[in-house]
Amino acid sequence: MAYSDKVIDHYSNPRNVGTLDKSKKNVGTGLVGAPECGDVMRLQIEVDETTNTITDAKFKTFGCGSAIASSSLATEWLKGKTVDEALAIDNMEIVEELALPPVKIHCSVLAEDAIKSAINDYRVKNGMPALEESKAHH
Amino acid sequence: MLKLPIYLDNNATTPLDPRVLEAMMPYLTEVFGNAASRNHPFGWAAEEAVDYSREQIASLINCDSKEIIFTSGATESDNLGIKGVFEMYAQKGNHIITATTEHKAVLDTCKHIEKLGGRVTYLPVNEEGLISLAELEAAITPETILVTIMYGNNETGTIQPIREIAAIAHKHGALFMSDGTQAVGKIPVDVIADGIDIMAFTAHKMYGPKGVGALYVRRKNPRVKVTAQMDGGGHERGMRSGTLNVPGIVGLGKACELARLEMAADTARLSALRDKLERELLTLEESYVNGSREHRLPHVTNISFKYVEGEGLMMGVKDLAVSSGSACTSASLEPSYVLKALGLSDDLAHSSLRFGLSRFTTEEQIDYAINHVKEAVTKLREMSPLWEMFKEGIDLSKIEWAEH
Repeated sequence: MAYSDKVIDHYSNPRNVGTLDKSKKNVGTGLVGAPECGDVMRLQIEVDETTNTITDAKFKTFGCGSAIASSSLATEWLKGKTVDEALAIDNMEIVEELALPPVKIHCSVLAEDAIKSAINDYRVKNGMPALEESKAHH
Repeated sequence: MLKLPIYLDNNATTPLDPRVLEAMMPYLTEVFGNAASRNHPFGWAAEEAVDYSREQIASLINCDSKEIIFTSGATESDNLGIKGVFEMYAQKGNHIITATTEHKAVLDTCKHIEKLGGRVTYLPVNEEGLISLAELEAAITPETILVTIMYGNNETGTIQPIREIAAIAHKHGALFMSDGTQAVGKIPVDVIADGIDIMAFTAHKMYGPKGVGALYVRRKNPRVKVTAQMDGGGHERGMRSGTLNVPGIVGLGKACELARLEMAADTARLSALRDKLERELLTLEESYVNGSREHRLPHVTNISFKYVEGEGLMMGVKDLAVSSGSACTSASLEPSYVLKALGLSDDLAHSSLRFGLSRFTTEEQIDYAINHVKEAVTKLREMSPLWEMFKEGIDLSKIEWAEH
């Protein structure tokens, strides 16, 4: 399969690989996918509670090049956004930015779900109601 | 300077040995006659070349040169052997026994036989990829006309207990066929000593050209016949019609001759290189060799790397031409059915690499491959949440995954 240069770049030089301390109250963790399905994505955000801005984002992904690129790109986009802005990220924006082939759209959906799941985790930890539309992943 | 990418997919196909090409060359231009033309020297010269090739092949597998039927390759040979026996021995019975880890050329042919009203038993294999002789014997009925079990597996290299299988088949009056595609030319295959009645093999897995193969069909003790699958001029003792591919046949013959002369040296060198590759890659934690390490072909290893995803891994080893299954199944995203038959889970079957070495593989290439795979696996694991959980001692099977 021919991948775009952007996918190859994110795969070869992934941004923001790592782990944030999930015991901290201002860190939200989203873990989506399943090993049997061939993709597991973990996305974490660290939020400045006074400004509601995402100050840091990290990922770890078990998956194909597109899954790695989608999560790497997501962390880049998350940093500096407010939580509400982050919630508005749509998977099709990831598809367009990375020029993902149709068979790999699933990877962008996974990234969007991971973002929502991380935000949800952050909200619940901080006494806010869970997001209605997003399923709670764990 | 090392040329990239490095070709380590020799179970899919091998490069042509220059000596084979040299032998073939005159038969593409000067000696172009039809081997079936009996009326003039052009035909005689071609026929002579074909006969010589039969001798070269016969010397390699210890048969009579008249027992070689030329085909277009192993897939055709497998089809001709199985369908040909099914039709020829219909009076005796309609039951065939094979194994779940056979090549698709055998499995799909068996499925076709089932559509025609035949009955097929697919024997399971153990975690090493070996069938059980007891299960084989238990599966045989008076209706069983053929047992067909491959010699060496194309994905793992596992070698089946061929002589024991043949003995069991013969004890119950069934014929024994073997798909020898990966084994012939690589390890000693002796159809007399092994008790093989029918055997498929092909030139391009042993440094010969693509598009030419053979079917060994025993003529004595017992005399075996297969019904032709192609109607025409009655070539090849009436079992396979079609103008003979003379240059290809010359190439197959030469490839067999070289294999016979160089097998011992090739085996010693390749198994040493394969063992080095394997030893080094197994220094990576949570990596496993698939298939039997005792009973296997000298030039093959298949290794799974846990907590690394298959497609990501293939992308990470872009400087290596390897496969994650057989060439015939890599077009689909399904995990290898052979590895699954050995009991591997989907994710582990996905994260496996098959390395097939050849006469032309160098130590420098193997050293490069070792480093390249180690780097890719290490990098992907550092990125893998599953690896992190494993390292923290979390039981992944206890996690409630959100499936998509």
